[in-house]
Amino acid sequence: MGIELQNITKTFGEYKAIDNLSLNIASGDLIALLGPSGCGKTTLLRIIAGLEMADSGKIILENKDTTNLPPRKKNVGFVFQHYALFRRLTVFENVAFGLKVLPLRERPSRSEIRDKVEHLLKLVQMDWALKRYPSQLSGGQRQRVALARALAVNPRVLLLDEPFSALDAKVRQELRRWLRKLHDEIHVTSIFVTHDQEEALELADKIVVINKGRIEQQGTPQEVYDHPANAFVYNFLGNVNVFHGRIHNGKVSLGNHHVDAPDDLKNIEEKPSQTFVRPHEIGISRIRSNDNDLAGTIREVRLLGGQIGLNLECEGLDGPIEAEIPRELFINLQLEKGVQVFVTINRVRVFTGDYEI
Amino acid sequence: MTKPETVRSNPPTVKKRISDPLSVQIFLIGLTFLFFIGFIFLPLGLVFSQAFQKGWSFYYESISEPYAIEAVKLTLLTVAIVVPINAVFGVAAAWAITKFNFKGKTALKSLLDLPFAVSPVIAGLIFVLLVGSRTPLGTWLGEQGIKIIFSTPGIVIATIFVTFPFIARELIPLMEAQGRDEEEAALTLGAKGWQIFGKITLPNIRWGLLYGMILCGARSIGEFGAVSVVSGHIRGQTNTIPLHVEILYSEYNFTASFAVASLLVFLALLTVVLKKGMEKHFQKNSFHL
Repeated sequence: MGIELQNITKTFGEYKAIDNLSLNIASGDLIALLGPSGCGKTTLLRIIAGLEMADSGKIILENKDTTNLPPRKKNVGFVFQHYALFRRLTVFENVAFGLKVLPLRERPSRSEIRDKVEHLLKLVQMDWALKRYPSQLSGGQRQRVALARALAVNPRVLLLDEPFSALDAKVRQELRRWLRKLHDEIHVTSIFVTHDQEEALELADKIVVINKGRIEQQGTPQEVYDHPANAFVYNFLGNVNVFHGRIHNGKVSLGNHHVDAPDDLKNIEEKPSQTFVRPHEIGISRIRSNDNDLAGTIREVRLLGGQIGLNLECEGLDGPIEAEIPRELFINLQLEKGVQVFVTINRVRVFTGDYEI
Repeated sequence: MTKPETVRSNPPTVKKRISDPLSVQIFLIGLTFLFFIGFIFLPLGLVFSQAFQKGWSFYYESISEPYAIEAVKLTLLTVAIVVPINAVFGVAAAWAITKFNFKGKTALKSLLDLPFAVSPVIAGLIFVLLVGSRTPLGTWLGEQGIKIIFSTPGIVIATIFVTFPFIARELIPLMEAQGRDEEEAALTLGAKGWQIFGKITLPNIRWGLLYGMILCGARSIGEFGAVSVVSGHIRGQTNTIPLHVEILYSEYNFTASFAVASLLVFLALLTVVLKKGMEKHFQKNSFHL
């Protein structure tokens, strides 16, 4: 097992940041801790690194109990949100730091250090910048140096605290793909914290969704996205339309409109329910294709890159709904603001929990 | 990371429109110059004209007579002790306040300013009341053969108290701006406490520290009130430069008094030059911040 967390709890005064959380991560995996800000994900990462002490619980890294080791002996690589490069040291010195502070007996020779640093900087494609200072590099370049620095000490695990959030969108995407590729090469057990569901879905082998210091769900991106365990996960993983209603005799009410309830909820007699529909799972057409279609009017048209976002007012529904359709369809149907359309709701997810968004 | 150049590069047309009328400019600039002349240039000029009133040889005699030399020596000795001690105190205090969370932190931070708020005379009196010859602590120390009041240790202690905040106050905003990230990074990379301090923290604050030390030194040289209370004005033994100036003055020995005072002016000018040099360096290196 790469990382085992057992019953971790951490409170700050009255506030429970981590609530009896346990988690197992296989060796060599790249894991995303995904959650809204303030959910405790960064605190958890800092506890693993030893930068915060857990109130209780156990931390086992690569089969070694590190719970009570001081941070410098935990041997984790940590990459900070704002890089935290040593501003007075050159890129070379930054990466060499972890090797140069080793006790004399364990310290590699000068030439070994030099070789290792050059190798790492080549790996992160920064070998051209040996003598630069951090202030002379762009954000993406700094983060790559920070990654090389963390890898220099051969860490048991690599922890990345929102590593891309301080970068602009373009660089963020580039660096994301690059990190995935790098991880496939070096295979060190890694956890990265993010509040960006796209980043988690694209990058991680497994996603751990955290809310209020607890794990809501864990699984592969596919599992988590297609089979969200609860309303929170569904809501957090993408844009949604929410309908509050009741589930009754196998039917779910959406305003005045009714659709079939999912199989597992068919037998419930009556219960309040929340129904979720993703904007891209809403079909739009000019003609009514079946009786369940809703008549609606386009209120707003928004350009979302390859997709078109529509804001629709539908008959019998309490509020407006959001739909996303391919641009081609939008052009073919000759849609525009004010046009009457028919709306097909293809896939609904129904949750009966009392979860509030 | 904005460089000053980018701020200054407003298009000239905008500059013209937003600037004040010429008359206001002339008035304000004139007022500033008048103030400078009245309160700085004129008094400084008077110090030197008085100092040299009886010629070069008298000036030289005044500053090279044994008591004057002793006063200079004592002042320099005080500075040499006070500045390093306050550097250690200041770094420790700034480190504690900016890198740790503990109870009483806010109180400590405001108490740091106390030596600025308290009149130096009171500062001196505090130590007389604490370790003067008539207090229990002072009596006990006297029995051990340690004399604090009316001797060099008293002068040093009073000066430490008065000049304590300079370095800490210079460092706290700097260290706050730099945050704990680099120290934490060093920690996860396996560095020990002293390695982090020596390799990361100290290099990051060195210019601020040096700047604070210069200010601290300047204040130590010129400190009068607190030192006056604890020194006892014993010529050749517990007289610093400012005290020596005052003694000469009260003896109506004006020319000698101003001659010695001119030494203080030179030291002050030296401080200003050093400070200016440091500020330039600060700006040049500000991209590291």
